[in-house]
Amino acid sequence: MAATDAASTDTPEQKPLEEVETVVVRFCGDSGDGMQLAGTQLTNVSAVFGNDVVTLPDFPAEIRAPAGTLSGVSGFQISFSSADIFTPGDQVDTLVAMNPAALKTNLPDLKRGGTLIVNEDAFEKSNLQKAHYDHNPLDNEDELAGYRVHRVPMTRLTRDAVDELDLSLKIADRCKNFFALGLVFWLYDRDAKPTEEWIQTKFGKNPAIVQANLKALAAGSNYGYSTESFTVHYRVPPAKLAPGRYRKITGNEATAFGLVTAAKLCGKKLFYAGYPITPASDILHELSKLKNFGVRTCQVEDEIAAMTAIVGAAYSGELAVTASSGPGICLKAEAMGLGVMTELPMVIVDVQRGGPSTGLPTKTEQSDLLLAMYGRNGDCPLPIVAARGPADCFKMAQEAFRLATSYMTPVILLTDGYIANGAEPWRIPAIAELNPIEVNHPHANGANGSGESDFLPYARDAKLARPWAIPGTPGLQHRVGGLEKSDGTGNVDYSPTNHEHMVMTRQQKVAGIADDIPEQSVEGPEEGDLLVLSWGGTYGSNRTAVRECLRQGKSVAHAHLQYLNPMPRNLGEVISRYKKVLIPELNTGQLRLLIRSYFLVDAVGYNKVQGKPFLVSELVAKFDEILAK
Amino acid sequence: MSTDSSALPVLTAKDFASDQEIRWCPRCGDYSILAQMKKVLPKLGIPKEDFVFVSGIGCSSRFPYYMETYGFHSIHGRAPALATGVKVSRPELSVWVITGDGDALSIGGNHLMHAIRRNIDLKIILFNNQIYGLTKGQYSPTSPLGSRTKSTPMGSVDNPLAPLCVAIGSEATFVARAIDVDIKGLVSTLERAAAHKGTAFVEVYQDCNVFNPGAFSYATDKKVKADNLIYLEHGKPLIFGDGSKGIRLNEMKPEIVTLGKGITEDDLLFHDEKAEEPSLAFLLSRMRYPEFPEPVGVFRDVEKPVYDAQVNSQVDSAIQEKGEGDLEALFNSGDTWTVE
Repeated sequence: MAATDAASTDTPEQKPLEEVETVVVRFCGDSGDGMQLAGTQLTNVSAVFGNDVVTLPDFPAEIRAPAGTLSGVSGFQISFSSADIFTPGDQVDTLVAMNPAALKTNLPDLKRGGTLIVNEDAFEKSNLQKAHYDHNPLDNEDELAGYRVHRVPMTRLTRDAVDELDLSLKIADRCKNFFALGLVFWLYDRDAKPTEEWIQTKFGKNPAIVQANLKALAAGSNYGYSTESFTVHYRVPPAKLAPGRYRKITGNEATAFGLVTAAKLCGKKLFYAGYPITPASDILHELSKLKNFGVRTCQVEDEIAAMTAIVGAAYSGELAVTASSGPGICLKAEAMGLGVMTELPMVIVDVQRGGPSTGLPTKTEQSDLLLAMYGRNGDCPLPIVAARGPADCFKMAQEAFRLATSYMTPVILLTDGYIANGAEPWRIPAIAELNPIEVNHPHANGANGSGESDFLPYARDAKLARPWAIPGTPGLQHRVGGLEKSDGTGNVDYSPTNHEHMVMTRQQKVAGIADDIPEQSVEGPEEGDLLVLSWGGTYGSNRTAVRECLRQGKSVAHAHLQYLNPMPRNLGEVISRYKKVLIPELNTGQLRLLIRSYFLVDAVGYNKVQGKPFLVSELVAKFDEILAK
Repeated sequence: MSTDSSALPVLTAKDFASDQEIRWCPRCGDYSILAQMKKVLPKLGIPKEDFVFVSGIGCSSRFPYYMETYGFHSIHGRAPALATGVKVSRPELSVWVITGDGDALSIGGNHLMHAIRRNIDLKIILFNNQIYGLTKGQYSPTSPLGSRTKSTPMGSVDNPLAPLCVAIGSEATFVARAIDVDIKGLVSTLERAAAHKGTAFVEVYQDCNVFNPGAFSYATDKKVKADNLIYLEHGKPLIFGDGSKGIRLNEMKPEIVTLGKGITEDDLLFHDEKAEEPSLAFLLSRMRYPEFPEPVGVFRDVEKPVYDAQVNSQVDSAIQEKGEGDLEALFNSGDTWTVE
């Protein structure tokens, strides 16, 4: 009781409040400890306060691995800053570890001299054993000597805080994530109000739980305020973001918003078919909530059905989309080819995760680029775009549909587990700022639909796109399918010259998109020693690393690709202006393979396949190494 | 000509013929099915632009090319899934799935089962010829045990599936069987399927005269077919042959009995296509030649909520409850803050 009571009876001196620019906090504990929730709440209050935020949730594939074990540790890292930031941070300033297993797996990421807050109560014999400790690390001064350690009896203090509510111990103990959160709120001078409101809304039906969580949150905060253990706390002023109204958004939310927006912009209803798969399922969840936008969502029997159903919906004239991750994209391949052959517009979202096979379901990777490029039978080109961060998914989802409808082709949107689950502030766009998406359908043909039709389903416009004639339109009855088509009539045609013509036409159509996308821009010098060429979700770390080098006066520039197929038409010329080209990727070198073959340039790679994003420090070290050669 | 869109032009079978040359083998059973389909569609009062025929892969799946409607020749096994996308997007269209025994029950078994259990408003016509024709003669999931084919020179060791058993096991609301050359039966079965709201599943015995000729001769040969078929009629007893034989239930098993000698029609099994409980329909679907005469006609026709209608009505109620979706309100939902 002492700690919480102390706050009300004594009046401790006001503790010094230090201002800092950027802070990295990580909560870690059992997957049942509510760490994702604590992290999300800290993200939310920091965003609402006006900081720039970037998050990195990190959770095991097992929903509830045995409590206390190393494999069951779940973590949530957040960086919040008064500056413009692009990564969740390389090293952690404050680590909150709820048990020995969490301490063991996360301590290596804590900065020397950083703050370590542990739930001392969890460091008992059985938990220590499960974490494979043969001793209690909290009792070993050498082991934690480099950190500012705060041993907090969180379980006991949380139980004390909710004592009067007569809850079972099990329920009381569930509140300790809010105790930890309250303590961090105090440590970083956060306003708890948004979290308090969230608790009220979330648990409103159960007043005892509302009270318990609020009391735990307050107790945590009071603990920081009143105990001598904490001598100082910190303030991170609001960031100077571009003026406007903001909200926090994850990549999957932004993708869902972007898809619905695209449908609205072209006056269509969205049709989504999908099969649950980590880390893409949240797109299905988000869209299922938006039925009042005319969104039809179908959770179908498998990935193949999902892909094939969107081909059917596209044929019917809807804006059709499916989302999945690597294993699901493999299953969709044949039907994607059908979409290419029948030249219908649709979007396939691949939220990449570690592979091959089931791989690392909850970890990030960029290893589906070549799958997206070439993972189908035949010469089967389709456009590929990639989002560079959580909020950017909103824009790229619309861009995917713009290309799909204007070129009559399936389009792949690549995101990844890191940006899909990660969150950042999103400046809410005015509707007028959004790019229109224009869609045309040919009108009825023949008098009252009964006349002779001269409709040519495979006639082509200047972009080589064919008309999107939809069932129900009189006089435009036509048949499509996976067999090779005769250009113009669309009738089955196996003749050698027609097949070659059609293969080339499909290729040219996609290649022609290069004239319809922005040219490649570069940050840094227009020419120089090193070009860092990155793509997709590694934008933030590469940008931060290049900026650091630029501040040090090094001749480094950064080009970040968002259009992977086709690539911007000036890319070869951009690459040629630098002595060396480095391609950092979270795979074994898939973009590098493409760049080397397209431009005959001796690009080198920096490749990491650990299921984690790049650290800024490792990128800077690599840039330095190459510059020194 | 009237410009009033409510006055539909009178259509004939010819209006449903496309300009494409038909490329099935001469005397293939598919010709008859195509001809009967073209006869049935004009009677439905639906403009031809509102029909969509979706198929998978196989000989039967060429069907959409020969129909002057919207059509989609998709990929192997996936027609029910593709048709699901069509029907959910456009519930006002009349969507037909044309498939075969390999397409529907082997590579596409999963989609078939799920389309049926959802009761999506598709008319699924399965041409069962008990063989892979397009790939030139391998055994199919409906080929009888011991079938000697190109891939089973010593006889197949796979137990066959009965398409109607699969459909009933998948909670089908409409299940029927017809025979390619039984023109009257096929026409009336297709008409009944068209009238059903929900998934209508029709198995058509179809002769592949090249790779599996005569597989259904017991059901088509005028000399023997009366003894080998039972024409199902709702509310009527199961009588076959020259009218002297019937099917009686002995506990849970069907048995063939001869009328007379104390056995009357009242002792026989009466067909009830409207029974909620599918057990009797399932029992009928398991009656196979040569042990039993095989029932043809409508096994089951019951009403249940229809998937595409429900998906769309959820959208309508969401709009009614929350109002038409407003992007600005969506973007600004949750916690927001302003940077000056």
